[in-house]
Amino acid sequence: MSENHKIIEIEVLRYNPESDEEPHLEVYKVPFTDDMSVLQGAQYIKDNFDGSLTFRWSCRMAICGSCGMMINGIPKLSCETFLRDYYPNRIRIEALAHFPIEKDLVVDLSGFIEKLEAIQPYIIPKEPKTLAEGEYLQTPKEFNAYIQFTSCINCTLCYAACPQFGLNPDFIGPAAMALLHRYNMDSRDGASASRMELVASEEGVYNCSAVGYCSEVCPKHVDPASAVNINKANAAKDYFLRFLSPKGGSK
Amino acid sequence: MSKYRTRSNAPIFWGLFGAGGMLSALFVPMMIFITGIAVPLGFLLPAGTMSYPKMLAFAQNFIGKGFIFAIISLSLWFCVHRVYHSLHEFGIHAGMGAKLLCYGIAMLVTVVCAVGLLGLGF
Repeated sequence: MSENHKIIEIEVLRYNPESDEEPHLEVYKVPFTDDMSVLQGAQYIKDNFDGSLTFRWSCRMAICGSCGMMINGIPKLSCETFLRDYYPNRIRIEALAHFPIEKDLVVDLSGFIEKLEAIQPYIIPKEPKTLAEGEYLQTPKEFNAYIQFTSCINCTLCYAACPQFGLNPDFIGPAAMALLHRYNMDSRDGASASRMELVASEEGVYNCSAVGYCSEVCPKHVDPASAVNINKANAAKDYFLRFLSPKGGSK
Repeated sequence: MSKYRTRSNAPIFWGLFGAGGMLSALFVPMMIFITGIAVPLGFLLPAGTMSYPKMLAFAQNFIGKGFIFAIISLSLWFCVHRVYHSLHEFGIHAGMGAKLLCYGIAMLVTVVCAVGLLGLGF
């Protein structure tokens, strides 16, 4: 650290399931330079004040999606959020909202993983081809129809932003719907009818009340809100037209 | 998440909500201006714009009937859907009771409106 470093107060939501009844806040005075991210602030605390502070991180460059946390109440990736933007005020970091806390800033993502599995996140071809028949070709236009929804890094900031997920943890939620939409929109895929069962179910898209905050906090501009709302229209079509052309979905 | 999923019946209510929202956005501000400001204050519109014979003729016309019915009924479906979901958002999970009350009001007014309009004849 250089001589002219500044000191910022970082308030951290701590929770140790083995000793704490409930989460509580602790304040650390962290010296920082202008190029330090909030993640580096947390690392400074871990290295210098309390080695038991627990948080997830990996790439430090907003691509792995591990280091999401509530920063002054807003879900953000801590690696691309800078301490200098909060100085001289105190900054508060907490585990992502709406998820059960495992320890300190680490949340339990098992519910989210189950949802990812439930959407069949892989291409299910309309007609399976043999290797000899060659690859599935795609035009640039067909590619553009889904590419935006492939950018999700599963950081779950959108779930921490979604008030409806907060009220009903069974809601399939923004990121899983964006990924589902990605496969539905892929010209090589033919399984949108079987994914409709989930989309149109009680856990599906109609839990969304079109708040749109999920898209606002998305660090990769995936726009999950549009995926959810396009699928409200799809599910409504399926609801009313299913007797005309039965091809899957819930009974 | 449960493995056995029930299909949500939300599309019915969401459809009425969407239609009502669209109509409300397009017509309700204008309706408020005409019926609530311009006519009572005698402002911009000629006197007697909403006189009884004119309104009766409007409500007896097939298109007028449809317009009145759509504006009243669909706006209300839109409104009660919002109220019901806002209750949930404010943490009041009143469940089936609130659902029946909200959508019941819209259903009741829809029926009253339809009966009234049809009763006026053509």
